[in-house]
Amino acid sequence: MATVTHLNHSSGTGPLLQVDGVSLEYRTPQHVVRATHQVSFDVHEADRFVLLGASGCGKSTLLKAIAGFIAPVEGEIRLDGRAIDAPGPDRIVVFQEFDQLPPWKTVLDNVAFPLLASRTLGRAEAVERAKHYIDKVGLTPFASAFPHTLSGGMKQRVAIARALAMQPRVLLMDEPFAALDALTRRKMQEELLALWDEVRFTLLFVTHSIEEALVVGNRIGLLSPHPGRLRAEINSHHFDLLSQGSAEFQQTTQRIHGLLFDDVAYSAPAQAAHAGLRHRQQTGSQRLSA
Amino acid sequence: MNAPLSPGQSLPPDPPVRPEFEHALPPLSPRAAERPLPWTQRIWQQDWLRRGLILVVLAFAWEVTARVQDNDLLFPTFLQTGKALLEGLAGGELLLRAGISIGVLLQGYAAGILAAFVLTTLAVSTRIGRDLLSTLTAMFNPLPAIALLPLALLWFGLGRGSLIFVLIHSVLWPLALNTYAGFQGVPETLRMAGRNYGLRGLRYVLQILVPAALPSILAGLKVGWAFAWRTLIAAELVFGASSGKGGLGWYIFQNRNELYTDRVFAGLALVIIIGLLVETLGFQTLERVTVRRWGLQR
Repeated sequence: MATVTHLNHSSGTGPLLQVDGVSLEYRTPQHVVRATHQVSFDVHEADRFVLLGASGCGKSTLLKAIAGFIAPVEGEIRLDGRAIDAPGPDRIVVFQEFDQLPPWKTVLDNVAFPLLASRTLGRAEAVERAKHYIDKVGLTPFASAFPHTLSGGMKQRVAIARALAMQPRVLLMDEPFAALDALTRRKMQEELLALWDEVRFTLLFVTHSIEEALVVGNRIGLLSPHPGRLRAEINSHHFDLLSQGSAEFQQTTQRIHGLLFDDVAYSAPAQAAHAGLRHRQQTGSQRLSA
Repeated sequence: MNAPLSPGQSLPPDPPVRPEFEHALPPLSPRAAERPLPWTQRIWQQDWLRRGLILVVLAFAWEVTARVQDNDLLFPTFLQTGKALLEGLAGGELLLRAGISIGVLLQGYAAGILAAFVLTTLAVSTRIGRDLLSTLTAMFNPLPAIALLPLALLWFGLGRGSLIFVLIHSVLWPLALNTYAGFQGVPETLRMAGRNYGLRGLRYVLQILVPAALPSILAGLKVGWAFAWRTLIAAELVFGASSGKGGLGWYIFQNRNELYTDRVFAGLALVIIIGLLVETLGFQTLERVTVRRWGLQR
């Protein structure tokens, strides 16, 4: 196991979000399935922390636990030192699915919705702040449009504006760009980074794309699958969209690939579900040894 | 996947390498991207025109059939019925009768909606509430409201109380079933988004579940309305006489006894007209400003 470097000492203040030995389980009619096993990591203020792993590594489940939708069976999740026990507006989630926007609310009402629902602001201030963030994501001309008239990318922009308007302690994004086409996804990544430069929110971002993780994050937690365990934490603050073709970027991509898929050979009994992964793992290690 | 080539087969030749090119794209006139439909197609898209046409055709068929039959007592013509209807409306009797019916109907309908809302809210929040709803609807939904009328008469006596009881019965179960089905169909992401903002309990139901399930709820309201209307007319036919002031059902029954068949038809026509008005002015307007506007329904 690689050594984990904590940056608490250098940054002065403690971590904002602590995931401490968290195990998560869910039930199927026949089994209790362990989604993550004793996962620990810290997220600091203004981090862009990415959880990266293949499907089935429990990264989305972990994000839902941080949002408060699932209670851990073991360990604890703390925000500002307090344990999380329920969903709350201090942790706003941007989901992958487009139906996260209530279709009966216009863009403006959608962005103002959490502010009003959580009774954070009065009507007038909520609308004011909503307008500000709609402007930030460039949707001012569409403020009175209903979600069904928007494209996928625009809907995700609304969801991001809605989350930012709430000014949450931590912004949770669950593969927010996975359902978008490649060109739109790239543009959204660019815009997200520009927004971060401007607002400096704390972001926890879940993805299964190594490239997206390297571009979006400043630090990446790698989760191995079945059940999800933290394989490594890697720094990626020096990469951006422009460094995608560089040799160092390629090298890090391959290193992550190796870290993610090496595990499968040891932990997997003969299971059909792993066949695809094992195949990719083989090609991955071939590439590494070459 | 490509099938492996058999040894004797030759590979197709490489495609030719063609020169590259770039076009400069001059701006197009706006008409090239979007142009209006011809006026005939635009007019034919109006709902009222197509539906009105259907009504005209039906009325014409009625008139012709009745004239061929030539029996005023059994089957008055469209024009005779229209005349009886206008006379009834002008004389005020039909309006009074319809007013009484609608008054009772609205009371029963409102009470049924309230009961359905309470029942489905219980059903989404607790497991025992869910069991209660499914058991009750399985028991009572197949039971015709009119079959409860004798019992209602025993309990509440002749008059308003009994009518409202059977009306609630006819509205409650279909509406509760539809509403609950709608609640269950609300996307998980939307539910999580609502809870994410700290919505719980009644606010969660009212701000997330009800609007998201509105297409199903509206369908339930429509079914409930139709059930209530037909239950009411049937119930009035049975005992409207003794309740002092009878509604439309009683008007139909009375005129049948006196063999004013054109007035019977006029009464039936008014039942249908009120149904059409509620459907087009009430429900369709409601759908247009809600579910259609929101893109929940085409």
